[in-house]
Amino acid sequence: MHTLRRRSPLRRIVLASAATVTGTVLLLSMKPHTTPHIVTAAPAPSGSASVPAGSAGSGGSGADRSRGSAAAGTKTVTGDSAPTRYGPVQVRITVRNGKLTDVTAVTYPQENPRDQEINGYAVPQLRREALAAQSADIDVVSGATYTSQGYQQSLQSALDSMGG
Amino acid sequence: MVGQVTDPAGGPSALRHAEEVMGTVVSFDVRGGEPGAVRTALEEAVAGLHRVDEVFSTYREDSQVSRLGRGDVTLEQCDQEVAEVLASGAEAERLSDGWFSTRYEGRIDPTGIVKGWAVERAARHLAASGADGVSVNGGGDVQMYGVPGPHRPWRVGIADPLRPGGLAAVVSAAGAAELAVATSGTAERGAHIVDPRTGRSAVTDLVAVTVVGPRLIWADAWATAAFAMGSRQALDWLESLPDVEALLITAGDEVRCTGGLAARLG
Repeated sequence: MHTLRRRSPLRRIVLASAATVTGTVLLLSMKPHTTPHIVTAAPAPSGSASVPAGSAGSGGSGADRSRGSAAAGTKTVTGDSAPTRYGPVQVRITVRNGKLTDVTAVTYPQENPRDQEINGYAVPQLRREALAAQSADIDVVSGATYTSQGYQQSLQSALDSMGG
Repeated sequence: MVGQVTDPAGGPSALRHAEEVMGTVVSFDVRGGEPGAVRTALEEAVAGLHRVDEVFSTYREDSQVSRLGRGDVTLEQCDQEVAEVLASGAEAERLSDGWFSTRYEGRIDPTGIVKGWAVERAARHLAASGADGVSVNGGGDVQMYGVPGPHRPWRVGIADPLRPGGLAAVVSAAGAAELAVATSGTAERGAHIVDPRTGRSAVTDLVAVTVVGPRLIWADAWATAAFAMGSRQALDWLESLPDVEALLITAGDEVRCTGGLAARLG
């Protein structure tokens, strides 16, 4: 029995890691599903609020989907709520002058103590990882070759979707 | 898959695109240049990658490389690029003392060199269209030209294989007109690197090898060969190659670098 008890923290960590991955997937699944054509434009004049990247996406229902804040060059985008094996999760990101400045989980499972325990670890971890990559001010990511499915969970995918 | 406008503060206009091709996703980031010319070059570069997939894929029964492998066609009957890529593969095999190979189970399989070659060619095509900065990332292997903006070099995060979502290092392209960063490892697809001597999955103490050099075709091949060698032999060999720096990460979470890598770390 003692052995079992001693092993339980490890199990919690494993569960937390799984939840972190889910969180990252959800963040990345907010990528706007625009048509596949290529667009280009000159830089927007400074001082004007950019159009939230998510607003062009299809399928979102109105006001909840994305909100552009009033601050210059700042975008706040709320992703669609996505069902996960742990329950619905919805994430909001803030991008200021092309840099990710905040990641917040708006909706996440918190029905039972274990959910809360996992969230206590996973939500800050998601935030830390997203911000660490962003604060490194990188343009592109090199890593072991990903598949098309793996791309969806990659940091490169996050960079592509943020236009950072 | 994605086409997007960005607004880098004070920098030139940016054209970004992600294309699913060759079993992965290729991400383009092109800065500056005449928008019409750059857009046309991007469309051509994307079409070129799909053409490479059709000609070289060993997963397609009817690709030229598959037919060549079965002996249905001769090398002369294939596109001229097939001979070019196979010659590069043979060169990589020679320079790596056989650790890199374009044969698998006795069949012609240039998969290990095709992606680096194709991504480098796509990036070069975009640079030739007049763009100020080009970054093309083929599933984790990157070729860059120029700069992304005034007074700013391209910066490449090296994914940490032991901490998903984290970075092991950042490589800066400062001072280099062309730079490639290629990583081979087990993190994303499990053991997919074959030891050409045994025909089995490479037995190695490494979880990732990142190679930095001017051209992706070689950086990619050297990363693959070095991974199969294991850390001790790989580090000596990589040090012996001109214009090449590398970062190796072992299963024990140790990081080893070639002597000149520090100058590239941002």
